Amino acid sequence: MGRELTFHIFRYNPEDPDSAPHTDTFSMEERENLTLFIALTHIREEQDPSLQFDFCCRAGICGSCAMVINGRPGLACKTLTRELPKEITLMPLPVFRLIGDLSVDTGTWFRVMNEKVGSWIHTSKEFKPGAREERMDNALAEEIYELERCIECGCCVASCGTANMREDFVGAVAMNRIARFMMDPRDERTADEYFEVIGTDEGIFGCMGLLACEDVCPKNIPLQDQLGILRRKMGWNAVKHLFRFGSL
Amino acid sequence: METIWTDLLCIGAGLAGERVAVEASAAGFQSVCLSIVPPRRSHSSAAQGGMQASLGNCCLGDADCPDTHFQDTVKGSDWGCDQEVARLFVETAPEAVREMAFWGIPWNRVVPGKSVYFKGGKQYEKTESEEKEGLITARDFGGTTKWRACYTSDGTGHTLLYTMDNKVVELGVTVHDRTEAISLIHDGETCMGAVARCLKTGRLRTYLARATLIATGGFGKIYRESTNAVINDGGGTMIALDTEVVPIGNPEAIQFHPTGIVPTNILVTEGCRGDGGTLLDVNEERFMHEYEPEKGELASRDVVSRWMTHHIRRGLGVKSAYGDHLWLDIRHLGAEHIKTKLREVEEICNNFLGVDPITQLIPVRPAQHYSMGGVRTNKDGAAYGLKGLFAAGEAACWDLHGFNRLGGNSLAETIVAGKIVGQKIVEFLQGAETKYDTALIKGALVKGQERIDGIISGRAGHENVFEIRNAMQDELMERVGIFRNGKDLQKAVDNLQGLYERSKRVGLRSSGRGANPELTLALKIRGMVRLALCVAYGALKRSESRGCHAREDCEARNDRDWLNRTLATWGKEADLPTLNYEAASKVMELAPGDRGYGVCKIISCDGEILGA
Repeated sequence: MGRELTFHIFRYNPEDPDSAPHTDTFSMEERENLTLFIALTHIREEQDPSLQFDFCCRAGICGSCAMVINGRPGLACKTLTRELPKEITLMPLPVFRLIGDLSVDTGTWFRVMNEKVGSWIHTSKEFKPGAREERMDNALAEEIYELERCIECGCCVASCGTANMREDFVGAVAMNRIARFMMDPRDERTADEYFEVIGTDEGIFGCMGLLACEDVCPKNIPLQDQLGILRRKMGWNAVKHLFRFGSL
Repeated sequence: METIWTDLLCIGAGLAGERVAVEASAAGFQSVCLSIVPPRRSHSSAAQGGMQASLGNCCLGDADCPDTHFQDTVKGSDWGCDQEVARLFVETAPEAVREMAFWGIPWNRVVPGKSVYFKGGKQYEKTESEEKEGLITARDFGGTTKWRACYTSDGTGHTLLYTMDNKVVELGVTVHDRTEAISLIHDGETCMGAVARCLKTGRLRTYLARATLIATGGFGKIYRESTNAVINDGGGTMIALDTEVVPIGNPEAIQFHPTGIVPTNILVTEGCRGDGGTLLDVNEERFMHEYEPEKGELASRDVVSRWMTHHIRRGLGVKSAYGDHLWLDIRHLGAEHIKTKLREVEEICNNFLGVDPITQLIPVRPAQHYSMGGVRTNKDGAAYGLKGLFAAGEAACWDLHGFNRLGGNSLAETIVAGKIVGQKIVEFLQGAETKYDTALIKGALVKGQERIDGIISGRAGHENVFEIRNAMQDELMERVGIFRNGKDLQKAVDNLQGLYERSKRVGLRSSGRGANPELTLALKIRGMVRLALCVAYGALKRSESRGCHAREDCEARNDRDWLNRTLATWGKEADLPTLNYEAASKVMELAPGDRGYGVCKIISCDGEILGA
């Protein structure tokens, strides 16, 4: 016999005029290796087919299923119930617009973020069909991949003090993205151009250094290091003109 | 009701859909992509191991060229592929990989000097040349004669999809995420767009387009045990089948991947075996080299999956609460290799199995993985049956893969087909104008809304949609799996026909308001069961064994009678698909022969019986 689990799940369907925000309670018996993916799917199919949540790859790869699990943002697909007490409270991620129940609109938020930071290689070159690729050191390729592993799940944004207070804060995810492109020799943006994007309170100077982002990142991306490096670089960029002796 | 006009409508925004949209957008045409999830969550992101292209930079890929890639692909397909398409594909793949590098992929690169690698559990040494330092490297994959799979650790699909979506953002391509096409708008000759349901609000919208592309990926979720994401239910394929004029090519060609983890069926990449991992049985002994002395663990997926099943049937599997399985062993590759080249594998094993692959064995068995079949197109990606309709990627039967796809050829297909079909769509858009029939458009919208209202009100009945889906998945799993036979296939067809009748009578237990998930599935269940019937009926009628289609009652590959492609259409009021056939390939650059792996019993084109 497994434990009897009790799920307290936030419910609200904005498209249903009869719906008001509330909590519903569901029970089920715990099984071996039960994940929140299996549990929520079971609840939907056996108990309440209107329950809204998002899963896609169910393997911790696509970032669809982030939610607040007993007060902490995380990926539901890879959360095992045996790591939780038998009372489990599930809430949708804050900051993102609610679609219904545990489902939030991360797509719109991340599209805006990607537009804002110019999340692509900025280059004046043209692709030459037939030409051999430009060389890159493998160690550098691996460093870029380290930061490229972000899955835009939204956990860092939901756990961020600043993002919860100001709508325009771009979040650790955007800072990490900028760090990724700054490291990439194919991107021709200068420090001044990056400063234009994130050298503000919406960007790196809005970060309060609470670093919950790093704590909750399901891909263990070194966000703390990236935030530190960017803050130093952007800080220096803001004051470096003071040190241009003889250029008066 | 909202109506959106565009030049190109891409249904699906994974790698293939977005690559086509990028091509059209760069040529100045307006593109709108629909995606049932935010585009970066598409299942393309889950592809791990690599993308095949014959760059020949690494020493074990030395002297690789499109010709070798072509031969590997055709043999892999068991001569089921369209050889013109395969030729076009292998010639374009190197440029496509380099273009992705230009757009930002951090491909792993050649590191000069000596290093060790593993094959069949044994250690070997290789020396990479100074001259190739920093060029795009590759790893070994099944069914290939050279190391050809370009990769970024084991997150290749992820980096490709993020880079492609970056390009989409850069070009300002419109993406309507959480939007699902529920029908194509057409008059039996020309496709004019689609009716789609918003999965944020539940409301319908019409999209009118001069060109419409289906790029919704595979339909693995009609099987119970599949590596596929929960969204891979064939949404785009079923609306094409619904038109009554567009055929599904080779629906029976279903790939099982050797290494799904037990019990969740999450994939661990073929790169594990490519990098030297081995398969072990209950005695923790290798067995693949006994069946395949030449290729061992790196025979093609259909062959490895069959031998694994055979080995389990011999009683040499490992017993578990979730049925028998085998072991994947990557321990000898070492911590450093696993932590840099197989990072996702390590995470998946830690998170979902509580297994540390550096010190422990991984429980695996074959699981449904890929649909070689799909919306049948010509080599330009234009669908049979409707002008203005195109398809690309796994959703299409272009037909690069025939009866077995090689690992690393699916990521490559999305990018390469996306590029080629994108160019053809641009040519089409430059020349084509479409007349929009407003009555037809209104009719399609009304029909969609009536279907929704009917399901919500329970007009046709109150069948439970989850029960029907589960029964369908079990049916395919039990009787249309790795080994097939006429008796079981007939039973599967009979049972699926019963489920098909029930699928017309689904009702809801919830209100159906807004983005209701029960309604979302209820709208698709009829189409899913139709696809299941195409798979089972196609398999029943194909009385031979070819690639993944292994008939225990017809063991030979029969080139005399079955060197062809199934074309399944669904007629009005029909309860079974209509099957037609066309030649597998108009051009036979590589004549049918022995693959070099797998059991080789062949009835040749002139009726001669070859092999065991």
